[in-house]
Amino acid sequence: MKQNLYKYILGIADNSLILGQRMGALTGHGPSLETDIACTNISLDLFGQVRNYYQYAAKLKGDNTTEDDIAFLRKEREYFNVLLVEQPDTNFAYTIARQFLFDSYHFLFLTELQKSYDITLSAIAKKSIKEVSYHKRFSSDWIKRLGDGTEISHENIQEAINELWTYTDELFHQTEEDKIMVKENIGVDVTRLKEVYYDAVNGILKEATLDIPESKWFQKGGKHGIHTEHLGYILSDLQYMQRTYPNMEW
Amino acid sequence: MLEEDQNIETRLIPILEQVSDPEIPVLSIMDMGVVRSAIIENGIVQVQITPTYSGCPAMDVIGEDIKKALKEANYESNIELILAPAWTTDWITPRGRKALEDYGIAAPLDAEADKAVLLKGKRMVKCTNCSSQNTKLISQFGSTACKAQFKCEDCLEPFDYFKCFK
Ligand SMILES: [Zn+2]
Repeated sequence: MKQNLYKYILGIADNSLILGQRMGALTGHGPSLETDIACTNISLDLFGQVRNYYQYAAKLKGDNTTEDDIAFLRKEREYFNVLLVEQPDTNFAYTIARQFLFDSYHFLFLTELQKSYDITLSAIAKKSIKEVSYHKRFSSDWIKRLGDGTEISHENIQEAINELWTYTDELFHQTEEDKIMVKENIGVDVTRLKEVYYDAVNGILKEATLDIPESKWFQKGGKHGIHTEHLGYILSDLQYMQRTYPNMEW
Repeated sequence: MLEEDQNIETRLIPILEQVSDPEIPVLSIMDMGVVRSAIIENGIVQVQITPTYSGCPAMDVIGEDIKKALKEANYESNIELILAPAWTTDWITPRGRKALEDYGIAAPLDAEADKAVLLKGKRMVKCTNCSSQNTKLISQFGSTACKAQFKCEDCLEPFDYFKCFK
């Protein structure tokens, strides 16, 4: 099996799985009907993308592995999503800040992944980027609305951005597998996205009358399977049915 | 559907046109542009379909419905889901656009106008009830990810707008 490629795909897909799970958990809990529907639609898009990645990974792995095995039967340390996407929905501002900080990266990442020499990854990227451009519009729009809204909404979104800022640098961290994939023209060199990312993000924050956080200390670990305490809880929800009733279908 | 990648045998077209989109029943999957090829090989119809959105939950049902429709016409078939080239709203046929509008869903504008209505609040989407363009965006996501929610400020009708996707 192409071990590097397999792990590389999981690294991309797990971001969408965990963020999709976070957004999906808001079903029926959104602050208004419109935002509730938006969050769950974003979740559905992300799950659709995840299925495409996991189906490909399952094919690479062979031994009758299915997309569901990959989604549901790994241990916490075997998920390679970035720490940002597993952060909790402390309040609506956190949900929007997390989505915005990830969408801004996701869009740049998929733009580059479209050029991958791997035709399946390139096809998935070409499909997904259309959806992600709508996610990015939605979250950027809300950053501005909250930032430039009332005193309370401004305060809340500023706090959320400040808190989550520490997880942004990891987006541009490369694992050994990533480096090999970049060399083979399959993967995206994320280190080259960093400057454009902060330019774009800072631009929107300014428009939203928000301060750009000054934090110089950044958290990382997710890409190596070392997670914050939140992932375990997400997984116990996500995996419950398959762990309790192995191989169940519906 | 003038897309050059599309390859459908003429005699299969009337059969496939009977299969409707499970989420928008007035629309045939042919008018939606999701069937990319259908050719008969050794007596078996090989069908390729492509999803509108990655997370489209209707794809499994569409696959089964195609199989059933072909079976009724005495064809065995294989359904394959393909991702490239990625679906675009440009593949919705003129007949499909009309069916959408008659059903109460405003058909997608071109990419430029789409951005103007969704981001800048421009009033360009025609109300499906009274044709007024005095319509306002309510939500960027509607009942499904592919639609946005609008409201007509003349007749007050709330309606869906099928977002441009390309
Ligand atoms: Zn009207």
